[in-house]
Amino acid sequence: MNFIIQFVNSLTSGGGAYQLLNHIINGISLGSVYAIIALGYTMVYGIAKMLNFAHGDVIMVGAYICFYTFGAMKLPGPLAVCAPLLAICAAVVVCTLLGVTIEKLAYKPLRAAPSLAVLITAIGVSYFLQNAALLLWSSSPKVFPSFFVFRSVNEAGETVTLRSVQLGSLSISFVTIVTIVTCVVIMLWLTWFTGRTKMGKAMRACSEDKAAAQLMGIDVNATISLTFAIGSGLAAIAGALLCSAYPNLVPTTGSMPGIKAFTAAVFGGIGSIPGAFLGGLLLGVLEIFAKAYISVQLSDAVVFAVLIVVLLVKPTGLLGRTVREKV
Amino acid sequence: MRKSSSAPFHFLTYFLVIGAYAALQVLQARGELSATMRGMLVPICAYVVMAVSLNLTVGVLGELSLGHAGFMSVGAFLGTSTAIALQDAVPVPGVRLAIALVVAALCAAVAGFLIGIPVLRLNGDYLAIVTLAFGEIIKAIFNNLYLGVDAKGVHVSLLEDTTNTAADGRLIIQGPMGIGGIQKISTFTAGFILILISLIVIFNLVGSRAGRAIMAIRDNPIAAQSVGVNLIKYKMMAFVVSAALAGSAGALFAMNYSTVVANKFDFNTSILILVFVVLGGLGNMFGSIVAAAVLTILPEALRPIAEYRMLLYAVLLIVMMLTANHPLVKAIFNRFRQTGQIQLETDDEEKEAA
Repeated sequence: MNFIIQFVNSLTSGGGAYQLLNHIINGISLGSVYAIIALGYTMVYGIAKMLNFAHGDVIMVGAYICFYTFGAMKLPGPLAVCAPLLAICAAVVVCTLLGVTIEKLAYKPLRAAPSLAVLITAIGVSYFLQNAALLLWSSSPKVFPSFFVFRSVNEAGETVTLRSVQLGSLSISFVTIVTIVTCVVIMLWLTWFTGRTKMGKAMRACSEDKAAAQLMGIDVNATISLTFAIGSGLAAIAGALLCSAYPNLVPTTGSMPGIKAFTAAVFGGIGSIPGAFLGGLLLGVLEIFAKAYISVQLSDAVVFAVLIVVLLVKPTGLLGRTVREKV
Repeated sequence: MRKSSSAPFHFLTYFLVIGAYAALQVLQARGELSATMRGMLVPICAYVVMAVSLNLTVGVLGELSLGHAGFMSVGAFLGTSTAIALQDAVPVPGVRLAIALVVAALCAAVAGFLIGIPVLRLNGDYLAIVTLAFGEIIKAIFNNLYLGVDAKGVHVSLLEDTTNTAADGRLIIQGPMGIGGIQKISTFTAGFILILISLIVIFNLVGSRAGRAIMAIRDNPIAAQSVGVNLIKYKMMAFVVSAALAGSAGALFAMNYSTVVANKFDFNTSILILVFVVLGGLGNMFGSIVAAAVLTILPEALRPIAEYRMLLYAVLLIVMMLTANHPLVKAIFNRFRQTGQIQLETDDEEKEAA
């Protein structure tokens, strides 16, 4: 442990380097949230070939469910530590059901329809979720509770609230650590799931060729539903993490992260799971750097400008596959 | 995709637009239009122009654009700035409006050309995301732009007001505050003329050799290229024309209000216009006009049910898309459609592709 602290201190002895490290960590944390959302986008795109614009609003619903379950729970003393986890679980369950329901009602009847029709329907669903949230939960901002704090008693017998760990002069908040760890775990799990399990393989088969997958005995509809379920569950987790870091919750909370994550998915090459992960992280780091070194107001412009440049150099994103069109 | 409509259909479109204009003028003269309705006439015209211009990109060229509001923004800000700068030089409001609309169209065309360079190299969803990115960049820039005009000329600065505009001059664009104190010189008649000009431009373009090249690119880029169609040239042509029309629509829209801010022209506005285009029918200008008008009035018409109106709007949107794409409804439509044969062929192709 001492070694790490020494290492960090040596790295951060100059003020600039310390700040740089701090920005990188913050960037990775924000990027991890984008990555989790982008994974949902990219999986749905890969299999249903549709841009699910309602994805950002599923994040918002997840955050609200999390907020209200957490507020309603009164767990005794030691069990209180589990409250955030239970709240997130509740959000995941609700959002998974929501995702599957949306798919069944709105997207499934449009399987054979042109992609623009599906896009507009997705936008309709997005409007619907935002306005339903407005009616249910009002437009007044909710202050999301700090999930990841630990209360301990110090030597003097006072209760101290811990929000971050100190590594030398560097302080990293628990939210940051939890976000990054969650993202890595999700990424590893998804890689294992799509690579090794039967259902994951079915998913990949469906995204390659639906008709052939069906002939091989794969239930295409069930597989698509499963993809929506996983994507929406991930969106719920992302919502809770996002609002723990930026605790202002309103019915439009999900829109901008949704657009950014969509950008991240394209950045990494849409349809590719490692691409979404990489794209999310890069976008997060880029955004924090632009905010820190260029301008807070222009950070979005910088991020999107870099995206345009990347797409110019690599027109299918960083890890996207180039499909040669056959005549 | 549907083939572009035939010439008689163009006349029908003109006829109905002119008819609607005449009817509304009569109603207005007799005082039968409510105040809200009168206030919405110019925005409706602006949205109609936005819809037909986006239809040129999405319906005729076949490329999805998610940043059309960006061009509207360019036109709104630069067109309105021109109008304000010329306030003393050109006293007649109509002439000033015309100059502002032309400047707006030119500025948006330049923006369209610049963004077209990277955009038109990409395909499908990648192109969509770049147009989205463009819209967001424009929004961020106009949110932080300061533009002042005085005797020494035009001063521009970003982020902070360092324009040092002289006291006798005027700071026109004020960062996040946008433009304030605009003279409301947009009129319904000007909007109507702009719609007519847009229709003339688009119908003539679509009916020309260039238009056929653009549609050939939409239907099969590889085949079009192999018969010698210059992809970049014709894509750029459609894109720039579409941007220019959107720019003038933006200026028309902005000069109907006393203030304009960059956040008005965000992703949601782009999406709203895309909804008009898709609901009206790809490549179908008449459909775009009707969809833009009806869907602009609809939220207002639903006002009696106040808080539920946007929810209902969303539900209507979903139901309309589901109904329009229901196999049974499609079959019925195909039976009545002149171009039914072409439609059936493309349907089969789509099924194969799926």
